[in-house]
Amino acid sequence: MQLQHASQVESLGRTLVALGSEREDIVVLDPDVSASTKTTYFAERFPRRFIRMGISEQDMIGVAAGLAASGKTPFACGFAKFVTGRAWEQIANSIARPKMNVKIVGTHSGLSGSADGDSHQTVGDIALMRVLPNMNVVVPADAPSVEEATRAIAEEPGPAYMRLVRGASPAVYDGGCTFTLGKANLLREGSDATVIACGVMVAMAQAVAEDLAAQGVSVRVLDMHTVKPLDVSSVVKAARETGAVVTAEEHSILGGLGGAVAETLVEAYPIPVNRVGILDRFGDSSRSYSELQEAMGLTPRAIAGAVMTLMEKRR
Amino acid sequence: MLRTINKNQVLILSHIPRVPASVTSVLREISREFQIPLSTLKRNAQILKELNLIRYGDPPNFSGVELTELGRFISSLTASEEPTFLGNIVQTSSGFRPLGTVIKDLRKRVLRMIAEAGSGHLGASLSAIDILAILYFMKMRQDPSNPSWPERDRLVLSKGHAAPALYAVLAEVGYIPTEELTSLREMGSRLKGHPDMATPGVDACTGSLGQGLSIAVGMALAAKIDGARNQVYALLGDGELNEGQIWEAALTAAHHGLDNLTAIVDRNGYQLTGSTEDVKGLEPLADKWRSFGWETVETEGNDPASVLEALDTCDLTVGRPSVIIAHTTKGKGVSFMEGNSFSRKAPDDEELQRALTELS
Repeated sequence: MQLQHASQVESLGRTLVALGSEREDIVVLDPDVSASTKTTYFAERFPRRFIRMGISEQDMIGVAAGLAASGKTPFACGFAKFVTGRAWEQIANSIARPKMNVKIVGTHSGLSGSADGDSHQTVGDIALMRVLPNMNVVVPADAPSVEEATRAIAEEPGPAYMRLVRGASPAVYDGGCTFTLGKANLLREGSDATVIACGVMVAMAQAVAEDLAAQGVSVRVLDMHTVKPLDVSSVVKAARETGAVVTAEEHSILGGLGGAVAETLVEAYPIPVNRVGILDRFGDSSRSYSELQEAMGLTPRAIAGAVMTLMEKRR
Repeated sequence: MLRTINKNQVLILSHIPRVPASVTSVLREISREFQIPLSTLKRNAQILKELNLIRYGDPPNFSGVELTELGRFISSLTASEEPTFLGNIVQTSSGFRPLGTVIKDLRKRVLRMIAEAGSGHLGASLSAIDILAILYFMKMRQDPSNPSWPERDRLVLSKGHAAPALYAVLAEVGYIPTEELTSLREMGSRLKGHPDMATPGVDACTGSLGQGLSIAVGMALAAKIDGARNQVYALLGDGELNEGQIWEAALTAAHHGLDNLTAIVDRNGYQLTGSTEDVKGLEPLADKWRSFGWETVETEGNDPASVLEALDTCDLTVGRPSVIIAHTTKGKGVSFMEGNSFSRKAPDDEELQRALTELS
């Protein structure tokens, strides 16, 4: 079971099949990447409710809107770069504006399409989706949370964007995951600083907290799986109780989780904040995902450094 | 709707056996036997009754359906082989009225609305209004008292800038009060600059060109998945065909064999900066649609009878989507507005009065 769910897209594929057998209104749209998004499982089980769109993300988003207007709950699953970027205005006008019940799933997000290079990587998809009124944005940490997140967005009426990575992601939730849309998961208590992370950076944040604990620094870790609506009370509570906040995401430090947290705190509880993420640049081609993460500064060292810098400042 | 009283339907309704059940159960029998949608029969029966052509008692005293004297007279007139087109009388929110008068009034309304709002796409609204009127008054299954009725036919106004024409028709059909029309483009009004689903009767949010056909494809697919009979219409502008997404959607509809989808291109020949052929040529347009796998019909889009005939032709298409290239005149109906001069210009007081006089 654990092996089966190691990959986020694998978890997506299987959860969609489960949802499809529970609910007749679930339909899946595919812009010709079903082998990569694992919506092939749904296609095999429910061929009538699986719609092959060919390579046309803009049309796919419009078709999803029409299906939703007729009572369906469409999951439009494609590569994050194209489904959010190429079809952004279609999402804005045809889905977000009329609050259509469409679930957009972007896989291969962040740097996870490492070998394909920066044409296929996303540095700004969270920002693109977060800025749309009515849009919920979910970034699950690992395969088990993908299952819960998929169910949660299917349950919640209205538009949602779920951001997944290609391939296996390190496990955060071994013994099951509690997932409430808009409610951060407190993974580790701490009093000196808080790391607020999303997606694959959650596991890294946990490891950093573990290391720093050995050095006598007590770090709180929040899995901010829902970037929008942001769990403002958990963010403010962390700021008030720990006095220093670091954000960690595999996304530009502009406009994503770091942006959301900084915007919130600067108004609600101004304290020093450090954002770990991609520094306003595109990625690169690399045969190794972790090599690329390292090169782009998405490392445990960067998170630990950010925590220590804030603690220095406080002194 | 009177056109639907042809020999067959009158005969069907005059030969209903005496049954102790409701009219609906009788119609259900007919629906099964003759493969006619129950909703159509119900609507026809209702209209026939309102026109005093047939009568039936209410349960439990129901004694079958019979022709009235007037009904027998019309039945005798229509006992020829060809269905008789009795006239363009349509049901509006203010009763049965001749279609020609209704459309003239719609044009006047649109003029007043855009003059009052101070902006709006007059030319594109006037070119599309005959098509919209025929769709809503003579083709689409709908229930204005229940805008979200799942069995309704749907219209996606992909050329969303013709919103004033749509709103005028929706008011005349009974979805929105006529008095509300003058609130067009006013802050807080349900009648926004471009269509929004917040308005009763509006099936899709449009305005950003090129997106409506995809939405209509989604609706048609949903009906196919459900085995439902909803017909979906998409009204496209010709300038809008510059958008690549239209052709993505054209491929999708053909690939899925969506014969419950009819697109209508309002071929008025102009887009904002000039004639469509000068800006980015579309011709040969019919060939393009044919090569994309669509049943393609050309018609005169400002002639209601031709539009109706084209739509009827598309109803018969099986296994693929249909498109009607409706040749229209931008600003149709007011001589000095025809062409591109009132493309997005509101008439001033003097122009409005001249236009209203011309339409009277």
